[in-house]
This record gives sequence, C-alpha cells and structure tokens, in this order.
Amino acid sequence: MQNPRETALQLGFAALAIIASLALSAGLIILIDREPLEVIETLWQGAFGSSERVAGVFNFWIPLTLSSLGLIVTFRAGLWNIGVEGQIMAGAVFASGVALFVPAPQVIRVPLAIAASVVGGVLWALLAGVLKTRLGVHEIFGGVALNAIANVITNFLVGNLWSPPGGNALDTGPFDDAARIPFYSDGFQTSIAMIVLVIVIAIAVVVMLSGTRWGLELKATGKNPRSALLLGVATEKTSLSAFAFCGALAGLAGAYRVLFFYGTLRPLASGGVGFLGILVALLVGNQALWVPLVTFAFGALLFGSTRLRITQQLDASIAKTLQGTLVLLVILSGGLRARLLNRSNQPAAEPTTTSEPNPVITEAKSYE
Amino acid sequence: MHLPCKFGINESAFRLHGGRTLLVYGKVHMDIELRGIHKRFGSVHANNDINLTFNEGRIIGILGENGAGKSTLMKILSGFQPADEGDILIDEQRVDYTGPLAAISHGIGMLQQDPLDVGAFTVLENFIYGSSPRFLPNRREAQKRLKDITNRFGFDLHPSTPIASLSIAQRQQLEIIRLLALGVKALILDEPTTGISAEQKETLFDALKNLAKNDGMIVLLVSHKLEDVIALCDEVAVLAGGRIVGERDLPATPAELVKMMFGEEIKPQSRAVVDLSHAPEVMRLDKLCVHSKRVQVDNLSFSLRAGEVIGFAGLDGSGQEMAMRAMAGLEHAHRGGVFINGVDLTNRPYTQFTRAGVTFCAAGRVEEGLIAGLTLTEHMALVQHTGSRIDWPAARQTMKEQIKHYDIRGKATDPIEALSGGNQQRVLMALLPEQPVALVLENPTRGLDVDSARWIWEQLLRRRNVGTGIVFGSPDLDELVAYSDRIFVFYAGQVVEVPDVRKTSVDELGRMIGGHFEEFVTEEGALHAEPA
Repeated sequence: MQNPRETALQLGFAALAIIASLALSAGLIILIDREPLEVIETLWQGAFGSSERVAGVFNFWIPLTLSSLGLIVTFRAGLWNIGVEGQIMAGAVFASGVALFVPAPQVIRVPLAIAASVVGGVLWALLAGVLKTRLGVHEIFGGVALNAIANVITNFLVGNLWSPPGGNALDTGPFDDAARIPFYSDGFQTSIAMIVLVIVIAIAVVVMLSGTRWGLELKATGKNPRSALLLGVATEKTSLSAFAFCGALAGLAGAYRVLFFYGTLRPLASGGVGFLGILVALLVGNQALWVPLVTFAFGALLFGSTRLRITQQLDASIAKTLQGTLVLLVILSGGLRARLLNRSNQPAAEPTTTSEPNPVITEAKSYE
Repeated sequence: MHLPCKFGINESAFRLHGGRTLLVYGKVHMDIELRGIHKRFGSVHANNDINLTFNEGRIIGILGENGAGKSTLMKILSGFQPADEGDILIDEQRVDYTGPLAAISHGIGMLQQDPLDVGAFTVLENFIYGSSPRFLPNRREAQKRLKDITNRFGFDLHPSTPIASLSIAQRQQLEIIRLLALGVKALILDEPTTGISAEQKETLFDALKNLAKNDGMIVLLVSHKLEDVIALCDEVAVLAGGRIVGERDLPATPAELVKMMFGEEIKPQSRAVVDLSHAPEVMRLDKLCVHSKRVQVDNLSFSLRAGEVIGFAGLDGSGQEMAMRAMAGLEHAHRGGVFINGVDLTNRPYTQFTRAGVTFCAAGRVEEGLIAGLTLTEHMALVQHTGSRIDWPAARQTMKEQIKHYDIRGKATDPIEALSGGNQQRVLMALLPEQPVALVLENPTRGLDVDSARWIWEQLLRRRNVGTGIVFGSPDLDELVAYSDRIFVFYAGQVVEVPDVRKTSVDELGRMIGGHFEEFVTEEGALHAEPA
C-alpha cells in the first residue's frame, strides 16, 4: 500500500546504493592494480560463459533462495533466526541418513531423503523456537549455540559413526547414485525439478505474506507481539510456525547441498548459504518478491568469482567484498530514505492541542 | 544572608541569583509575568493573548477543560515549547529560553504527569543525576542532602530504593526535590493528584504550602479537579478556548469555579440504577490467587453479571492490574479459577478468552493494543477472524464504515502511528467487538481529556446496555464513582468491596486506596481476599 512516489524513491535509492558499491569495488580493484572492466568481464564469463556455468549459478541459487525465503518469514515475525545455518546442517544430516542407510531405488530414496531433510530442519528450528518462546533464550544466542552443536554433531558423524571403512574422515564417502538428485544433462548440470520447486515456493511465500491471515499475523507479531496478542493473534504459535517454516526451507537447502552439490556429507556442507541468506533478507528489506532476483545475482557473483583466480590471479574474496559493501550501502540508503520521507512528511503531522498522547516528550527531544 | 555552600553536589545549582541557597536558608524572590502570549497549532489558536502575573509565595490554580490551552501555556512557561508571540518576564527582565534546561536555570521547573526519571537508577542516583556536573559525585554529601530535604517535607524516600519499585507519589516527590535541588523557584505541577492516595495527596499539598509560605516559591497547579484547587490554591486563573476567561482569589465554592469555567453549572452525569439481581453471571472468579515478586492477591472471588460495571480502585501495583490480566488469561493464576459463562478457562491462553467473548484492553494504546507500522485496515483484518485468506476489500470496507461511525480522523490506509492519541483510542473502540460477553479494561481513559473520556464511556455503556459485563481499573476516583455498579479497592494485594457505591465519595475512596480499610468496612462489606 505504498504510493508511487515512495516506490520510485525506494528504487532510486537502491540504484544509487548499487552504483556506489560498484564504484567502491572498482576503486578497490584499481588500488590493487587491476582493470575493473576486465574483472567484470571475467566475472560475467565465469557466471554465464557457458551452459555449464549457468547451471553452476543455479546450484548456488537453489539453496541460497530457499534459506533467504525462510529467513524472510522469520524476519517478518521479528525473529532473527541466526540458527538457519544449523537448520541447513540438520537438514543435510537427516537427508544423508536416508541416503546412506535406506536401500531403496532412486524414485523412493531421493524424495524420502528430501522429506527427512525437511523434518530435520523443522526440528532444529523448533528447538530454537521453544528456547525462545518458552525459556526466554533470545533466538540469536540460541541460534548461535545450535549452529555450533549442529556442526559438532556433523563432525562426529563424519569422523566416527558414518565414516566409511578406510575413510578419510573428511566426508562420509560418496552416496550411491540412487541417493542423488539427478541433473538435467551433462551440459546443464542442475536440477530442473528443484528450480521449479524453488520458484513455486517463492510465489507461495509472496502470496502468503501479503494475502493470508498467517502473513498478517507474522507481521503483527514481528512489529509488536504484546499488541498482537491482544488483537487476537496466538503469538507463540505464530513465532513457532515461522521457525518451522524457515527450518523446512533450510532443511531443503541442506538436502540440495548434500544430495546434489557434494553427493556426500561433509563438515560445513552448508557453505555459508544461511549467513548469506541473512544478507539477502537485509538487502531486499524483507520483500520476498525480490529474493529470487537478488539471490541469482549473488549466485552469479559467487560462482563467477571462482574464475578470477585463474584468469586475473585475484582472490575470489573480491566478490564477497562487493557483496558486503552492497548490503551496507543498501541498508544505509534505506535509512537515508526514511529520514528524507520523515522530513518531507513532517508538516502533515502537526500536533493539536487536544489529542496528542504525550507531546511533551517528543518536543523535548527536538530541543536537545 | 549569604551562607557558604559546601555541598559536594553542584554548588551553583543550589545557589540562587542573590547568592542564597534554597530549601533551608530563607525566602527567595521571584515574580513571573506573561505578556501577550500567542501559540497556534495549524488552525487552532491554543493560546490567544495570555497576560498573567504570578507573584512570589503564591499558589495559583490553572483551570480549564483539556484543550482550553492550559497545558500549552505551561509548556511555554517551562521551555518545552516556544511561544509564537509574547514575552516571559522574570522580575521584570525579559527572558528568552530555548528548552526545559534553560527554563530550569531561570528557576522555572515543571513536574510532568509521568515523572521523567531514569528507571534503572536508585532514588539517590536520580537525585544526583542532572544536578552534579562532576564525573564522580560525592555520594555521601548528596545522601545527607537528600535526607535533609525528605525529612523537611515528610517524604517517604529511601536513597537506595530503585525507581522501578517506587509508587507514582514517591516518584513525584523525588522529582520535586530534584527540581528544587536544581534551583527551581517556580514549580509547575500537571495533574499531580492522579493515581495517588488521599494521604499522599495531603503530604504533597503540605509540602507545596510549606514551600510557598516559607521559601516564597511560586506553585502553579494545573488541574481539572476543583476540590484540589480549592484545598491548595490562593488564586485561580481560568482558561477557555485559549483565552483567560477569569481570575479570582480563593476561597470559592466548586459551583462558582464551574461557572467560571463553563459559564454555567453542569450537572454531573447521572447514572441510571439498574437492577442486576436477575442478570446472568458472565464471569466468575473462584478464589483466584495471582502472585508477583512485589504483590500477591489471594482468594479473590466475585461474579460479574451481564450489564454490570465493576471498578477496580487502587494505587499502582496494588494487585489490581495483575488480577485483571489473570481474568483474561494474560497472567498466570497460581490457584483458583476463572469461569466465563460457566466454562473453566483458568490459565488458558488469551486467544481462548477472546473466543469465549472476553476482550482485554491495556492502558497503553500503542505499546499494547495497536501496532505501529500496520495500517487501520490491517488492524481490522486482524480482529476479523475470517478464515485463512484475507479479504482485503472487505476489511477495507469495514474499516471505512467504522471510521465514519466512530468519527475517526484518518484514512483506512494510514499507518496507525500517523493518528493522534485521541483518534487511536477511537480506533481501539472501533476494533472492539460490538457485543462482547465481558470487557476487561486496564485504564480506558488514560491521558484523555474530559470530552474524549466521556465519549469512550458512551461506547462502553452502549455495550453494557446490551449485556456486556465490564471490569475496569482507573487511577481516577471520580471515574470509578461515576461509572461503577460495584467498586473493589486493592491495597497491597488485599481487596475490599466498597459497601455502597452510591453513598461513597471520592474522599472516602481516596483514603481506602491508601490502605485505610477498617473505618469503611462494615459487617456486610465482605473482605474478598486476605493474605493466605
């Protein structure tokens, strides 16, 4: 329910932030004596130079979009679900369990592993949720702890219980082909089914957040849980449902990482997709509609940057620098925009003598 | 008479213009004159050519309906707002200040309705805070000073008590001595008697009289409680529509003051006596026990009938807030039960209470009730339980109808925080179900002017008339007496029912909320709760 002027302003500021971050990164590249345009060319070639590479971008895009969409839902409910990394790992572990130990044909084993990953992600997320709603442990601290625990459990499984005979303790050994998500073709090694699934989920999230009671309850709980409760929202259930939803998507992301990307369970199999998802959610200002686009750009940047070392003798972390400055500048521009809007709206919100609830305090502030 | 000042805390703050120090060392001199003050808010002329003089040692009542311009005038005088036109003269010198701190340095300080103290501090720290420029204040000196002042006025303040556990009255007392310590010679009080007991009021008034008489302080009392003004003030100034419409010396009768304010006498809102003996019971509390760290209410039992209004009286933190929340499942009941229409809902979540027809309204509108960042339509959609998909056009339509019906100044697409406080209150009313089984209201008219409060009660009584039972709390004793069929008085967790509401007076109630039960509790005045 924004007016066109606000939308235009929002887009303008976002564009400004993108240009500024590109300029900053270009400056950095010049500083280390490289040609910015060449670097961009390399990035572009690295991401879109061939159909194999585009497939690689999608392989980043699938788990990143899933975790970002899940995070959008928890952020909407006011929950800083830092535990998303652990939820991805829980999904990966559950999927790996099925992949390793259920001797069934591919048509059964893969869906079963995916379903297991969802269960794992939901359980791990609900753990953070119950800690938050019942025991008052803030989700950031609970999430950090649960991330660490998920990693420890993974390490233990990889190194001990699930280590193959004569294994190297770096992974559980390759899964059977029957446990892996099939790819489209040798020239386009990604899963079309997963891409479609992610698009469907993205549409569903957008619709749910804007058009359903659940979406409104998430928003109300996120903005003011005490008021939401009095307006009839079962805030505890709403928070837990947000955790569960994010956990499910994170679990799916974990499944994709192990059942497709690695084909084995290894420590830190999430590859930081969860934390990157947090950046994406911040970047899009919790607007689910933008998530697939932004994650695609991030995927391209990440995958494309792997070629930098080969052709430019540049560390791939330059891509991460670009991402970091981009997120910072977009958030900064959001703040600037809010200030600008505030200033231009001020005359409309003039106090009256009769009905200001506590004008004294606000006015006192303006004197300081 | 110049005395050397050897206190550890800010010496200059205690020293006045003539080099004398306040509170113990004799009279100060100060006259304030307001000349041609104008203030406009948009089209509203809040202060229209105000000319007033306040003389040393006088207590002046500033009377007027809310919206008459008295708060605006006091804010101008205390530096919270600048005037559009006009001058403030102190001892015939024109002064120009840019904020409350500057006003204080000129000797004018205002006690806000909600005292502006720092919650996490102790009494002593708050006293030192703002009055000592030193990085390491001398606590022992400050403590001695604090003790001297509290002793002088008979204030009940212990230096190491944290602010969070003080009553409103104690916070007021602390704020007063803090302002005095800052060298204030004119003290403005805005509705200081709301939410304090009769006894605390007496202490406060004694201190103010003492300050005026012995120290020559000017005290300005903003109030619409005529009894308070008559009891305390030497003179009154009456505002209406932004102008001074009358000034006179006291004593005067309440009727004379009302006439000055309204031009005619106003009859009190009369309340039809309703026979409720056959009305069905909508809510029953059975030996309800609610405990917190500070207070516990035990064995509270009563029935609320359809169409009945029960008022809860009591100072802040006497247990009434807790009891009301427990009635709606928002506070854990340790023992006992809450029955809605005969169904046991003890310790069920609030959502089950709403489904059973019980709605709770908290005192803070925006903190607990409305959601900043959501539009009016979104609020409506939230309370409209219509399945899992939201019918936005329908929600918008309903909200538009309600906006019209409740005369809300705002659009359906406005975020709630864009509305003024009075309009937010109207939105809350618009969101209430039309015919709830029971309403539990924490303080339904908090911060509202007389007119808005009356409007709220019209809405509530309309629901009462169709059979809604109402339980409400209020620090405003007039409100309790005016609208309650029965009144329960809470004091430190004890609960006593006022024997006959029609015969009780605000005075009597004032003494009861201060803990003086015995003289009022007759044989039939049942004690509803006692410590276990």
